[in-house]
Amino acid sequence: MPFNILVAVSLLYVVVLFGVAFVAERRARGGLAGWLRSPLVYTLSLSIYCTAWTFYGAVGYAARSGLEFLTIYLGPTLVFVGWWWVLRKLVRIGRAQRVTSIADLISSRYGKSNFLGVLVTLMAVLASTPYIALQLQSVTLSFGVFASDTPEGWALPDQGATALWLAAGLTLFTILFGTRNLDANERHHGIVMAIAVEAVVKLVALLAVGIFVVWGVAGGVADVLARIDASAISDWNLKPGRWAGLTFVSAAAILTLPRMFQVMVVENADERHVATASWAFPLYLMLMSLFVVPIAVVGLEIMPAGSNPDLFVLTIPLSAGAGKLALLAFLGGFSSATSMVIVAAIALATMVSNHIVTPLWLALRVGSARAPGDVRGIVLMSRRLSIGAVLALGYTYYHLSGGSAALAAIGLISFVGAAQVLPAMIGGIYWRGATHVGAAMGLITGFGIWLYCLFLPSFGADGLISTQVMAEGPFGIGWLRPQALFGIVGLDPLLHALFWSILLNTATFLIGSLASFPGPMERLQGVAFVNIFDQSSGPGGWVKSAAEAEDLLSMSQRILGPEEAQRFFQAQAAAQGKLGFLPDPTPDFIARLERQLAGSVGAATSHAMIAQLSGGATVSVQDLIAVAGEAQQIKEYSAQLEAKSDELARTARALREANDKLTDLSVQKDAFLSQISHELRTPMTSIRAFSEILMEVDLPDEMRTKYAGIIHDETRRLTRLLDDLLDLSVLENRRVQSNIGVANLHDLLSKAVTSASNTRPDRAFVVQRDAASEHMPVFTDTDRLLQVFINIVSNARKYCDAERAVLRIEVKKRGRIVEIDFIDNGSGIPKKSQALIFEKFARLTDTSHAGGAGLGLAICREIMANLGGSIDYLPGQGGAAFRVRLPLKRAS
Amino acid sequence: MRDKHIVLIEDEPNIAEAIRFILSREGVRVTHHASGAGALAMLQAERPDVLVLDLMLPDRSGLEILAELRAAPAFAALPVLMLTARGQNRDREAAERAGASAFLAKPFANADLLAVVRELARGGA
Amino acid sequence: MPHNQPLFLARRSYRRRRMMDAVRLLPAFGAVLLMLPLLWQPADTPEPDTAHGLVYLFAVWLVLIVAALSLSRGLAPALLAPEEPVSPGTEADAGGEGGAG
Repeated sequence: MPFNILVAVSLLYVVVLFGVAFVAERRARGGLAGWLRSPLVYTLSLSIYCTAWTFYGAVGYAARSGLEFLTIYLGPTLVFVGWWWVLRKLVRIGRAQRVTSIADLISSRYGKSNFLGVLVTLMAVLASTPYIALQLQSVTLSFGVFASDTPEGWALPDQGATALWLAAGLTLFTILFGTRNLDANERHHGIVMAIAVEAVVKLVALLAVGIFVVWGVAGGVADVLARIDASAISDWNLKPGRWAGLTFVSAAAILTLPRMFQVMVVENADERHVATASWAFPLYLMLMSLFVVPIAVVGLEIMPAGSNPDLFVLTIPLSAGAGKLALLAFLGGFSSATSMVIVAAIALATMVSNHIVTPLWLALRVGSARAPGDVRGIVLMSRRLSIGAVLALGYTYYHLSGGSAALAAIGLISFVGAAQVLPAMIGGIYWRGATHVGAAMGLITGFGIWLYCLFLPSFGADGLISTQVMAEGPFGIGWLRPQALFGIVGLDPLLHALFWSILLNTATFLIGSLASFPGPMERLQGVAFVNIFDQSSGPGGWVKSAAEAEDLLSMSQRILGPEEAQRFFQAQAAAQGKLGFLPDPTPDFIARLERQLAGSVGAATSHAMIAQLSGGATVSVQDLIAVAGEAQQIKEYSAQLEAKSDELARTARALREANDKLTDLSVQKDAFLSQISHELRTPMTSIRAFSEILMEVDLPDEMRTKYAGIIHDETRRLTRLLDDLLDLSVLENRRVQSNIGVANLHDLLSKAVTSASNTRPDRAFVVQRDAASEHMPVFTDTDRLLQVFINIVSNARKYCDAERAVLRIEVKKRGRIVEIDFIDNGSGIPKKSQALIFEKFARLTDTSHAGGAGLGLAICREIMANLGGSIDYLPGQGGAAFRVRLPLKRAS
Repeated sequence: MRDKHIVLIEDEPNIAEAIRFILSREGVRVTHHASGAGALAMLQAERPDVLVLDLMLPDRSGLEILAELRAAPAFAALPVLMLTARGQNRDREAAERAGASAFLAKPFANADLLAVVRELARGGA
Repeated sequence: MPHNQPLFLARRSYRRRRMMDAVRLLPAFGAVLLMLPLLWQPADTPEPDTAHGLVYLFAVWLVLIVAALSLSRGLAPALLAPEEPVSPGTEADAGGEGGAG
């Protein structure tokens, strides 16, 4: 097959992947994630577990070590069918705590310790770099297969260049789809979708080759089984230690490999997907393993001796002349390699950027406050640079190791390295006593042993550790020999490193945790992680037998809100002399907390919750009934409150208005009575005084006449007042007998002007009228209307203070209403008094020349109301102005 | 009562006429003012022996004028007869608080008025 | 045992509890079966039996997958829904050992 076609197919495939990622990203942004986030896609994305090491290497592994390769897939199978234990919890924690990587998980659990984050990041980079190199190598090798085995006979131009191009292309793809945006959840829809497609391709490719081998080359299942027993593989040495150890390490690795954590926890969109993956992923693994042994057996049989069994997947179809199948197999291998590299690069870049680059940048930037957007940009940039750096590291490693055989074993070495996180992880999510001191000690110990016993020696004799150290130990200390710690010789190097690293890792983790004391943040996080299911299933899910401060704080935070709760706890801790720590749960403190909580949830609930946490008291039925009662009351109360608050507001407003009115009325009544008294007593005073004078003394006749006249006048005034009062009372009660008649408005006005001329007849007073407009019939109680007109004209005569008083009367007809305006040229009525003039006794100036009791306008208002019209003061007319509105025809 | 000088502040012309007649007949000099405006200055000029003051004046309350008088040292001891047409106890109390020497509700008997003014004129002399 | 969990569970919730027990036991069961090769020395057997071993391992694998499949069907909804206690209207014969798991 020509090299160009191979390259063209690879490029085309890459373009398709770009397209898939692009479309998925677009759909996800448009809110159309839908099936992109199905359990199927989730399961397929997990397939990055099967790298090129699986795709090509499993067959080679089987050819060399029989069925041992199966342990690599059986371990994860056990983890997945046991998903209820660990996976479910990890995913829940990952979602609840917004965990962005395995380093973030460890850092977050142990009090957001960045030291642990950095530690795990460094370990992950170190363990993953050779693995990435392995992927680059496998793709390069597969190119080489086509180069050497085809009749066209082209030679692979330059392996290094192929690997470089591959690394560059992967960097581009990962940066494009891995750092498009900073999602708080660190999810990458495009990449996950592309990986799912690649998962299908590699599965189909491997199944196709397997089917071809079993039914094309061999004679079916029975024949293959016979061939297996006949082959050299049948004599494989099963090492029980390796069987168990590798199963364990692969089970650990599926939880702790950074890339697996990325797809399994970080990219998880729905917890229920884990349930599906619990059977679907083992199924995928089984299918990937199904034809490994047959391919190995047939390959060993038909391929020339000495050919690399790692490449049987490619070479068998090629030698059988199935070029297209070989091409498919090539694409499968290509998919396995690229998907692993992409996800590993994203996972590592997230860790490097979050735990190393960004904190460093922020630390260096201290003091220069910058906009948050700037930080975002920096984070994105550091992601991109980190992705580039991770791939550059992988390529460099590949370049330096020169594709040595050491790479073949790197898969398992990498697994053991990743597994060092296991004690800190499992301890962290199941044991609240785990502390960051313990975690750090365990990680450093385990990782150190792994480096010393497994990683460094893997570079071969005189690689990074000299032969002398390997044989005699550092500085000649025998019991420190890298592959024979404590003088125990003869162990399989991998098992030796696995045993000691995990054992000492776990031991130091436990000892460190038991011996140290966690900080408040750490204890809080510990509760949040360990009790993740209790917390999300609502309050009261506390399983502890004794109240611990973090339980109480955690609960209080949910009830009081984080700030308030923390303030309270800090104050209490300070009171106990433990500034900066959590307070001890003394009876005094618990009682105070209970009171504090009671303010929010009610006393019974508060008591029951505290009782549950402090464990001493059990919750009685009475407690529960009280709780239910409180809850019910609160529920009803809040429902009612909502409905009632509006009504209450309305009622309150109405009450306030009514009260104002009553107060007003009362004040008015007092004022009215007081006024009546005054208005009656004033004329009576004159009458009494003068009548006594007339009775007592002899007076000249003219004086006697004068005084009698005064008495007469005052008596009339008194009568008029009583008439007015009676009038008003009748009018106000609307019991007036209407005397409807018809009259010409002009005549009425003329009569009013004439009658009013009695008032201050001495005054020069001009009345301006427009007779033409006044001629119209009005159907109403004409006497009452006349009374109103007289009152208005008299008022004008009395109060108009102009030098030459002029009253203008204007009549306008507006539909069925006639408006009669009386406007004088005086100074008018002050604004503040305008509202008062129609009130009883609202006489604005002194009575001396008014001669009335101040009831006139009040009576006018009542009359007009009775006649179905109105009388109003017209402001802004130059003088005092009144407008009388009257319906032309009184509706009776 | 002879040669006594009485100032009357009353807005009702007929009532003022009656009081002036009643008091003048006893040989008292009566000065009438229809409004309370500038009462202090007027009293300063008139220097009366007794002041007869209506409680409800058109421009200002008699109580106000009284309070003003009592605040001035020159009139702190001036005998003041308060007249009111409202005759309620509240008014009487208010007048006493403001420092009225005597109080009469309208309508009053001429003899009562005379007796009170005579009493005040003697005390103030 | 958490205090707040209902004592008597509805039949469905009770069934679910037992499924949780099963899913917890499944990996242990699988581990035991998959560790059988520890007792096996294929190189020393008189007749080659690697093919049989292979078939055995894949059979165990398949059993685990099928078991996980049936359990996950029943448990996936439990990830979201809370457990329901027996209410007066439902059958109460499901037994009274809720929360044993």
